[in-house]
Amino acid sequence: MERLEFRFAGRPGTPVAETGEALVGVVGSGNLEVMIERVDLGGGCLAVVDTSIHGFGDTWQQVLADFVDRRGLANIRLSINDGGATPAVVVLRLDQAWAGLEEGER
Amino acid sequence: MDASTHPARGGWNSLARNYEARIARGHALVGGKVVPADRTTALLEAVIEPGDRICIEGNNQKHADFLARALAEAAPERVHDLHVVQSNIALAPHLDIFESGIARRLDFCYAGPQGLRLAQLVAAGKVEVGAIHTYLELYGRYFTDLTPRVSLIAAEAADRDGNLYTGPNTEDTPAIVEATAFRSGVLIAQVNRIVDKVPRVDVPGDWVNYVVEAPKPHYIEPIFTRDPAAITDIQVLMAMMVIRGIYEKYGVTRLNHGIGFDTAAIELILPTYAEELGLRGKICRYMSVNPCPTLIPAIESGFIDAIHCAGSELGMERYVSERSDVFFIGRDGTMRSNRVYCQLAGHYADLFIGSTLQIDLEGNSSTATHARITGFGGAPNFGSESRGRRHGSPAWLAAGREAHRQGMPRGRKLVVQMVETFKEGLSPTFVERLDAWDLMDTFNMPLPPVMVYGDDLTHIVTEEGIANLLLCDSLAERAQAIRAVAGYTEVGRKRDRQMVEMLRARGAVVYPEDIGVDKRLASRDLLAARSIKDLVRWSDGLYAPPARFRNW
Repeated sequence: MERLEFRFAGRPGTPVAETGEALVGVVGSGNLEVMIERVDLGGGCLAVVDTSIHGFGDTWQQVLADFVDRRGLANIRLSINDGGATPAVVVLRLDQAWAGLEEGER
Repeated sequence: MDASTHPARGGWNSLARNYEARIARGHALVGGKVVPADRTTALLEAVIEPGDRICIEGNNQKHADFLARALAEAAPERVHDLHVVQSNIALAPHLDIFESGIARRLDFCYAGPQGLRLAQLVAAGKVEVGAIHTYLELYGRYFTDLTPRVSLIAAEAADRDGNLYTGPNTEDTPAIVEATAFRSGVLIAQVNRIVDKVPRVDVPGDWVNYVVEAPKPHYIEPIFTRDPAAITDIQVLMAMMVIRGIYEKYGVTRLNHGIGFDTAAIELILPTYAEELGLRGKICRYMSVNPCPTLIPAIESGFIDAIHCAGSELGMERYVSERSDVFFIGRDGTMRSNRVYCQLAGHYADLFIGSTLQIDLEGNSSTATHARITGFGGAPNFGSESRGRRHGSPAWLAAGREAHRQGMPRGRKLVVQMVETFKEGLSPTFVERLDAWDLMDTFNMPLPPVMVYGDDLTHIVTEEGIANLLLCDSLAERAQAIRAVAGYTEVGRKRDRQMVEMLRARGAVVYPEDIGVDKRLASRDLLAARSIKDLVRWSDGLYAPPARFRNW
């Protein structure tokens, strides 16, 4: 296993969710688990990836940077346990987890 | 000049005289049409001449496997230098005859599991490859320059007059028989049983010279059975995009599906996703495809009006027989398939959708990989623009309006590739240069073996989105549209984001949210059947899956 950590600027100065609650979006399947939490990171975002396939740090960096950018995220911690999933699965799970999180907050 | 003789060839009927001589030698040996199994090799030695063009029937389903083995046992001193002209190289004896010198030259379509060994034999100089064809091309050449002198065919049953019943796997038999029998060639059939009266006559007995009851029924491979349990959420997502972004958009009613898990996912969300969108009766009504078990839920839900099949599929016989409104069924109650007609129907349909291993920036795609010769099969005929088409249909005209925006109005066939950006082991589907180029060099081919050419292709669907190549105005735009759906592959990461946004505004690049595809639904829960057992249930117990697909 390899542990990768990525930090993204996010939107500095964004306060943590108004309710102050640490909401969690979780999806999982045979090949991947994703957890999304709201935590105070000073507006930044943090992603921790445990992966079984070495040498794809670059790809992960891109996948996660796109996700943070596309959703305009701030104060978000992403924890990913990758069972050898392709980027396709990673993106789908991230989108699904985020959709679940947004729905929960509505 | 004497009208009865041709000066250069010693008469106008030399083929027929040669045929008579062969039959005389054969009859001297076996006495009649029915040949005892243990005399088969001797018969082949008697009727085959050195250098003959020969066809050993075998395709996706049935194989003349007993006759192939009998030929492999012939004495190479008597039978040698044959020119094999057949669609499929699938069984060990197909290549054994090259090792022993019985055969030397090969014209074929598809090698599949024997692809690696074939490549080795070519490298060793044991096989001279004439050309690798599509099915329709090779059948076409049966009627021009590659007519077989002797064809070894397979059928379900024969009577003593040689009338053949092929059962649901008629497949290539009519094409082989027609070419061979009507140009003074010899036809030898292996059958599973000899009966007093065949259930229906698929091949008239007076065309057939010999029938052999094989010790074991001919080999049939269930190659079109896809277990829904192996379909992934990503495949469901892509299937949702195909339904909304292509089938619904163009109103595709006549089509051909490939045989992979990707297209199986489409079939399995017709009764759920497409039904909820109100698309029943509006899409997927007529198909040219084998009776894939994953079609059962869509058929049972009333989506599909008619299916014509190239061949059958093991376990589907009874289900198909009981659905004669949908399938083509003989008076005897069993299906009649025909690869030529199915290929023809698919060629003139509104859409082909399949999968591939590699796609380049022009949209050329190939299933060729290093060290293997696999060949083409039927995909290039299904997956190409039908330039001879003249009749209109809503889908063909709608695609034509996108393809031909000025000048003479035309229609356009939709040709779609459905691929994930990465395959297992994270090897990228999108590449700057196809492996096919290397394969051409390795095996001294005239052209890189491309399955579907970029200018035939209209859409690429990946988990990221849809590239609509009809709306790209230049090769540079086409390359960017392809990059725009190539995900995190090298090719995808090199996209020009500004150009992609411009293409997206035009509809040449479409992402799920642009066509109302909700990613949250992209899950196996959307599949109408999630296992083989579910398929059996949908079929009211009529589908009888082969043992290897039963886990209950």
